[in-house]
Amino acid sequence: MPIYPLMPPLFAAVTLIGAFVGWTVWRNAGLSGRRGALIVAPAAFLGPFLTMVPLQSCTFEPERSGLDLGVGIAAFAAGAAVLTGATAWIGRALSKPGGWANLDDRAESGSFRGGAPAALALLLPTLAVLAVFLYWPLFETLRLSTQLTRRGNPIERFSCVDNYTELLGPSVEVWFVVPLAALLLVAVGAELARRADALGTGRLAPDLRRLRGWLTVLTVITGAASLFGPEYRSVFVTTMILTSATVLIGLAVGLGIALLVSQPIKGRAIYRTLLIWPFAVSPPIAGILFFVMFDPLTGIVGHLYEALTPWDMPNYRTDPVLARGLVILASVWKTLGFTILFYIAGLQNVSTNMLEAARLDGANAWQRLRFFIVPALTPITFFLVVTNVTYAFFEVFGTISYLTEGGPSGATVDAMFSVWQSAEWIGDGAARSLVLFVMVLAVTAWQFRATGRRVHYGG
Amino acid sequence: MEADTKTGTAQAVRRNKPRRRTAHIHIALIVICAVLCAPVVYALLGSTQNNSQLLNFRLSPGEFFGENLSVVWNDRDLWRYMLNSAVMSAIIATGKAITGILAGLAFVYFRFPGRSIVFVLVLVTLMMPTEVSILALFGIVDDLGMSDSLAGLTIPFLASATAAFLFRQHFANLPANLSEAAQLDGANPLQFLWRVLIPMSWNVTGALFVIQFLYGWNMYLWPLLSVSGSENQVVQVGLASLQAAGEGQSYGPLLMGALVASLPPVLVFLALQRPFMTGFALTRDK
Repeated sequence: MPIYPLMPPLFAAVTLIGAFVGWTVWRNAGLSGRRGALIVAPAAFLGPFLTMVPLQSCTFEPERSGLDLGVGIAAFAAGAAVLTGATAWIGRALSKPGGWANLDDRAESGSFRGGAPAALALLLPTLAVLAVFLYWPLFETLRLSTQLTRRGNPIERFSCVDNYTELLGPSVEVWFVVPLAALLLVAVGAELARRADALGTGRLAPDLRRLRGWLTVLTVITGAASLFGPEYRSVFVTTMILTSATVLIGLAVGLGIALLVSQPIKGRAIYRTLLIWPFAVSPPIAGILFFVMFDPLTGIVGHLYEALTPWDMPNYRTDPVLARGLVILASVWKTLGFTILFYIAGLQNVSTNMLEAARLDGANAWQRLRFFIVPALTPITFFLVVTNVTYAFFEVFGTISYLTEGGPSGATVDAMFSVWQSAEWIGDGAARSLVLFVMVLAVTAWQFRATGRRVHYGG
Repeated sequence: MEADTKTGTAQAVRRNKPRRRTAHIHIALIVICAVLCAPVVYALLGSTQNNSQLLNFRLSPGEFFGENLSVVWNDRDLWRYMLNSAVMSAIIATGKAITGILAGLAFVYFRFPGRSIVFVLVLVTLMMPTEVSILALFGIVDDLGMSDSLAGLTIPFLASATAAFLFRQHFANLPANLSEAAQLDGANPLQFLWRVLIPMSWNVTGALFVIQFLYGWNMYLWPLLSVSGSENQVVQVGLASLQAAGEGQSYGPLLMGALVASLPPVLVFLALQRPFMTGFALTRDK
């Protein structure tokens, strides 16, 4: 691996950060901070080799563009982060009294003797499948993303990070203005929340904090969108629109319906069944049903629309907005049953005594919903957000594939569909896959943060 | 089905005249149910019609149910796609149940160095959806000579973190002295598994099997990518051959195909509504 002038300072930086991480983690575990620093710093130093050796540090070659350099630094940091994290976790457990036993998560009294060989034999099927069909493909995806190669063609040419830089292409105005403005708003929101706290106007602070949370999400999304070039930006924006609309509309409508069907009325069980069963229909079949119903020439929906209103039904196969709307409609229809199912289950656990007390204290229906029911449903809402985001990332592919095939002119090509479209050029497809993977990791990170902080009080 | 509910609830409302406050809820729910069921009701109607009836927006059943069914089932090979889907889903569901039970046994009843590292390595795969590396997976499966075959459709999905995690949790919640008693009786781990754990796990196993069967049945991207001919194709992808049905599209057969392909999951759902209601959220992914 060649070393270029820019790399020594980067190595120094990650090593220092590693030392700091080690020091902090060991101190927090009540261990010697210096020892932690000495263990983690070398790992942080070695981490970048994970990505730089396969890349042959090509991104740091003097003649490379700024974009290549940016991707290279990100890869450098990613390698360092992975090894730092793993070393900190395992090293800390080993440093504690007990050593290896700390990595043996629970003490079982009734454990079988026979130990490692027998256990590994039992685990072998699972580990083998996961290793060969999940871990290996992921590493292979990483490798392929640096190759220029065509499916079925054995010739592969190393192309450094070209597959990534082709997706990027920050433009000045979006690149700076939007994320900066959003960031500014976040800062203002934080400051206002702090003041509200200081003044003791406690009612305002939670709202401002929630606003700040939303603004942060917006900043991250616009920031990411501004990084991409025109082609992939459209893909990214489509993914975000499809995902957020499917989740928000689905949850709001689902909660509304669940509230209705949870009222003490006759025939609840029948309503429930009728409301929930569409979720057994698969995403591709949802696509087929909407494909037939909304057919521009022969579809029943257009026919009814034109019979009932004076306007013509716009053609979703040429109208990008309608096409996206239709994909969203089909996904909401398909996921609604699942959402209703879980909200009904959740509503059964909302304390009726508390609601009754709130009613006697003069809370109206909206206030009861806003301050009692919604907070009590937080854990379920959270679970539904995660499952529906996953659905929108991956499963909607089947609907799009039958309903719009990505059209018109790419308006419904989301991240997964763009991977599929570039299946022929595997290197390009691999890079697109990894961008999608980063989106999944971002959602997972948000999930961990939110589960740690918000969801527990809901019970 | 829809009509039945309407009359049923109308009677219910009439009988309860003093409590008229619920009438608007019934009306709202009936409208919502009608809207949500409309796509499938329309598909039911369309599947019995020929093109001219469908294009005239006839809103009553046509006379071509049998013909559409026979076109789809025999001429367009739907029976083969359905069979392939059923075999594939059954193999995947069975495989995941077996590998999951074995992994759960190892995680809960054995102590070995680095157990939590192995567990984390398994659990981390929850964050690595197959779809993310699906192009590379196709390359690997192709290199192993398994593409366009039942093996390629099933083997990559024979184990999952979800299954391992599910059985680990289930076994961990069983009384600890079960395994002590078994050991005192001189049982080896496999006897313990066969005589004690499996009989105590039918609920979990059944739930996992059903969920994974549906997961396999609804799988779309992987068969689309890895199966090229129609010989081994599954129903979710095979329906595309009805969508592009040559001279002028016939929607009757397409809708018929969509309904037939939805039948197994919908029947499973209706049969298992109650367990679904109590929710096995954990088992849904992968």
